[in-house]
Amino acid sequence: MNVLICISRVPDTATKIVVGSDGKTIDNQGVKFIINPYDEYAIEEGLRIKEKFGGSVTAVTVGSEQSSDILRTALAMGVEKATIIKAPEIFDSYFVAYNLAEYAKSIKPDIILLGRQSVDFDSFQIPSLLAGLIDYNLVTVVSKLTIDANKIICERDVEGGKEIVETNLPCIISAQKGLNEPRYPKLPDIMKAKSKPIEILEAKPTDLKMEVISMEIPMKQRIGKILSDSDEDINELVRLLHEEAKVI
Amino acid sequence: MSLNRNLTEEQILLRNTVRKFAEELIKPKAKELDEKEEFSYEITAEMAKMGFLGCFLPEEYGGSGLDYVSYIIVVEEIARIDGSQAATIAAHNSLGVGPLYYFGSEKQKKKYLPKLADGHLWGFGLTEPEAGSDAGNTQTTAVEDGDHWVINGSKIFITNAGTDITLGSTVLAVTGVKSNGKKELTCFIVENGTPGFTIKTMKHKMMWRASNTCELYFEDVRVPKENMLGKRGDGFHQMLATLDNGRLSIAAMGLGLAQGAFDYALNYAKQRKTFGKPISTHQAISFKLADIEMGLEIARTYLYDVCRMLDKNEKITKESAIAKLYCSELAHMAANHCVQILGGYGLMKEYDAEKYYRDQKLLEIGEGTSEIQRLVIAREIGCYNI
Repeated sequence: MNVLICISRVPDTATKIVVGSDGKTIDNQGVKFIINPYDEYAIEEGLRIKEKFGGSVTAVTVGSEQSSDILRTALAMGVEKATIIKAPEIFDSYFVAYNLAEYAKSIKPDIILLGRQSVDFDSFQIPSLLAGLIDYNLVTVVSKLTIDANKIICERDVEGGKEIVETNLPCIISAQKGLNEPRYPKLPDIMKAKSKPIEILEAKPTDLKMEVISMEIPMKQRIGKILSDSDEDINELVRLLHEEAKVI
Repeated sequence: MSLNRNLTEEQILLRNTVRKFAEELIKPKAKELDEKEEFSYEITAEMAKMGFLGCFLPEEYGGSGLDYVSYIIVVEEIARIDGSQAATIAAHNSLGVGPLYYFGSEKQKKKYLPKLADGHLWGFGLTEPEAGSDAGNTQTTAVEDGDHWVINGSKIFITNAGTDITLGSTVLAVTGVKSNGKKELTCFIVENGTPGFTIKTMKHKMMWRASNTCELYFEDVRVPKENMLGKRGDGFHQMLATLDNGRLSIAAMGLGLAQGAFDYALNYAKQRKTFGKPISTHQAISFKLADIEMGLEIARTYLYDVCRMLDKNEKITKESAIAKLYCSELAHMAANHCVQILGGYGLMKEYDAEKYYRDQKLLEIGEGTSEIQRLVIAREIGCYNI
């Protein structure tokens, strides 16, 4: 079984985000970048599929050459081949999906795994766009995956419960938290990862289908009010719930 | 980021990996293990799986094949979270694995090292009740008897020597008198379970309470001649060389602890308010944090530099003493400020400051006290060559 994993490089979730001087990009200065956390589940699942069924696992990302750091992590976890498709500074989801699709067509994987979303821009578009472009079956937000011969059984998180879906190869699976417990790369594998090559390809340009007009940091949430248990405060609480929160 | 200045991509990945491991697998259990004074076989097994037990051992002996900077980053990142687990790793690699790897015969290396990289521990028996800083006053003896050496005496404060997964210890013993009248010292490999060799785990420690510390007793312990490490009379030199390297791992523990205490104090200071504003904006607090950051920058840069010297096989006697002394005193300062910044809460076990404060103290005592480090430095700069 040949597995392709699409990963993206996102700011660490603990990073304080600052909008750049142009008002429509993130200022990368001093920002720590990590593998998109949902993509880690995809990598782990891909490695488990290979360990069970044999084959190969390839990781690809669309981004700057600096993305070699996240690919190095993927290689240390056990991925065998890694590719960066070099993107210009400004690009949109369609550009990413289109280039992933072109790459997928060239290596024809049996299964493509990727995170359900990237936690930087949260567009949720890549899995669906990619499935459309290469005409693979798609199951999104999968929290359990079972492969039985050509049959793929997926458990999906839906509002208030689970949904079981069945599909067949070739297919695309987008990973939800809980799909597995991603492994830590082991020290010897980290050292070995440096000798594995990272392929760098030029991206094929596409017209922008979406453009960021502006970006701003959300306003701070309103500060909560603390009231005591005095009669006076209880009356105040009732008034606030009634007049301000308008819940009673 | 200053933390990763001048590091390779692999070293940065390694730091991120160990940091995540320490935060996710060690941190949730550290306080309870400390409280119960319990060695964790579970965490040790996880650390073994990660390759922490054979950090700088080459792959042919089952090791991870790390350079020295990378090994030091492993210790630093564990110490940032928990002194006990960092102690297990630092002592095992520098004092357990180190002497066997550097001075053992090929046969000895093949016999022990792959197991030590894969889940088993090894002790280093140097300190005695009457011989700490004054290692020349070692009382434990080894007497030749046919194909064996017979060891008598005792050792104290030996890390990792008495767990269920410990295979044995390297033991320094007096084997005779040299022509200059000084004691001839030789190291021996003593496996756990050898008749006459008893091990007692020491309890009621102030710090590193989840690490294993032991007293070793030798009563007519017979070890085969092939268990001698290196040559007869090499013991003192082997011990000094081991400590030169070992000091770097203690320095890494100081650096990591200082970073942990700093991160904790800074985070607290930005949230805690007095007189209507966060205490991190009061100069009395911000200057303390600035002082620690200055120390961290200097300590990290210097320590990594000394590690690079060691990777190039340069002599590091003075430099490792400086790194160990500076980092352990930095840990003392950082932990002290951390408690002070937390005020009353800093004294409570519920908060991490209290544990940092206890854990740092060993660093000024173990593997050569701060006083001995100053002596080493003074000797190296020629103070006594009059």
